[in-house]
Amino acid sequence: MSGLRDWALLVLGVAVLAALPMVADNYTLRLGTVFCMYAALALSWNVIGGFAGYPSFATAAFFGLGAYTCAILQSAGWPMLPALAAGGALAGLFAAAVGGAILHLRGHYFAIASLALAEVLRELATKLEWLTGGGMGLNLPVPAMELHAQAAFFLHLMLGVAALAGAATLLLRGSRLGFALRCIQQNEDAAGMLGVDTRRAKTLAFAISAIFPGLAGGAYASWTHYIEPPDVFDVLLSVKPLVMVLLGGLGTVFGPVVGAGLLLLFEEAVWRSFLTLHAAVLGVIIVVLVLFLPNGLMDATRRLLGRRGRGAA
Amino acid sequence: MSALLRLEGVSRRFGGLAALDSVSLELGRGEILGLIGPNGAGKTTLVNVVTGVHTATSGRVTFEGQDITRLPPHRVARLGLARTWQIVQPFPRMTVAENVAAGALFAGGAADVASALAAARESLGFVNLADLADAPAATLTLARRKRLELARALAMKPRLIMLDEVNAGLNTAEIDEALALIRRIAAEGITIVIIEHLMKVVLGVSTRIAVLHHGRLIADGAPQEVVRDKEVVAAYLGRRYAERGAA
Repeated sequence: MSGLRDWALLVLGVAVLAALPMVADNYTLRLGTVFCMYAALALSWNVIGGFAGYPSFATAAFFGLGAYTCAILQSAGWPMLPALAAGGALAGLFAAAVGGAILHLRGHYFAIASLALAEVLRELATKLEWLTGGGMGLNLPVPAMELHAQAAFFLHLMLGVAALAGAATLLLRGSRLGFALRCIQQNEDAAGMLGVDTRRAKTLAFAISAIFPGLAGGAYASWTHYIEPPDVFDVLLSVKPLVMVLLGGLGTVFGPVVGAGLLLLFEEAVWRSFLTLHAAVLGVIIVVLVLFLPNGLMDATRRLLGRRGRGAA
Repeated sequence: MSALLRLEGVSRRFGGLAALDSVSLELGRGEILGLIGPNGAGKTTLVNVVTGVHTATSGRVTFEGQDITRLPPHRVARLGLARTWQIVQPFPRMTVAENVAAGALFAGGAADVASALAAARESLGFVNLADLADAPAATLTLARRKRLELARALAMKPRLIMLDEVNAGLNTAEIDEALALIRRIAAEGITIVIIEHLMKVVLGVSTRIAVLHHGRLIADGAPQEVVRDKEVVAAYLGRRYAERGAA
């Protein structure tokens, strides 16, 4: 059964990454942590963008909201994990509240409305100096650990967030809500006529797609010990998950994870040499993806293998 | 008599245009109502107002005694009111069985996805599509897509089905098949409203005919009476049909 196989794959992947600190240096652990963060963001975007077909650019809003919530609560003396959980919960509630207002928009209109969310929150974070430190940013307590232990701890923290996002995706896929979202993605009017409560399903999907970026934002803030508005509300945080999912395969379970890995490799290999050009390079990737690989690399590989298999038979 | 569906003075305006102009209509259990009228008469608007796609500008719609005038489509669907579309609306990248399972899961009372898929196979058997259950919906011919829509509506376990031109675009043999299917659905005890242009079909299956013209109900009665009604002949069937009828 493919469901069981996918759970096994998830557990295996988590186990391998969790064992990384035993063999790897701090640089590799840092890459592993970024990979887990990207995977969590991509898996989350896939819920609203892939399953429901709503092209959201709100990831940065949820990420920043989670980061600031976690940072502010930790500054107020909360321990890290409860502060982190509060960030994820607040991001989810925010998405559910805002979703009611923007999820009736379709296509480009929804994309633009969702893009505005991060901009509004970034302005707020900059203006509310008494709460957020404004443009000066916020410092977080540095855990009293030696460097390698710290790198290992934050890898495991981010891995936990990614694993939760992966588990949520697997649960969603076989569920009633997952089915409703697939119906909405393919024909929303017909879905409503068949008894799908489209507004409720979309709002839930949007909230789910906000919780894990909220958690990841909190983990990121704790990891870097310092956040500022342009950093955690960065529009690239909204664009990259979309690219990763398109790269790996829209609406699939592991496509977003594969895409996250590929984008990270790409960043490490290419962007170091083109620091000022990386946004342009990202744009080129998007165009190439949309034109040549509309279903992602996983689908393209599968089709290529299938063709070869048939050719041999 | 307790009507299954009742429209009381239902109007729907789009800007200055009255697509439906105070239409009152009652539908009893077990009837097959043929809803006819020239293009633009308001037939599809009537289906849309009943199913919650559009809200009536004024008037009241009740289904089994419950006011459904302002209910959203999914609530109407869950009450047991299904429809098919004039232009078929399958979920193209799902299999035929999954398409039908959606109806069973969200309106037909199936407990989970697995039992919805099982119920879907039953409905597909009823419309003779069982052997295509695992094919992607996008690969079906038009005639089969229309049957898929029927299966999807049936999986919702409806008490009333509104068929919006299920026969448009079909050839003669396919129409005969579709007619037989409609009769079998009626035999299951499901009330049917059928919107249709082909008089052969309307006269063949309807137990009663209602005629819309410019959004107004101009006739409502037994098929043979309605076709002879002067106003209907003038508005809809045309002089040549009337002369042939008289000969």
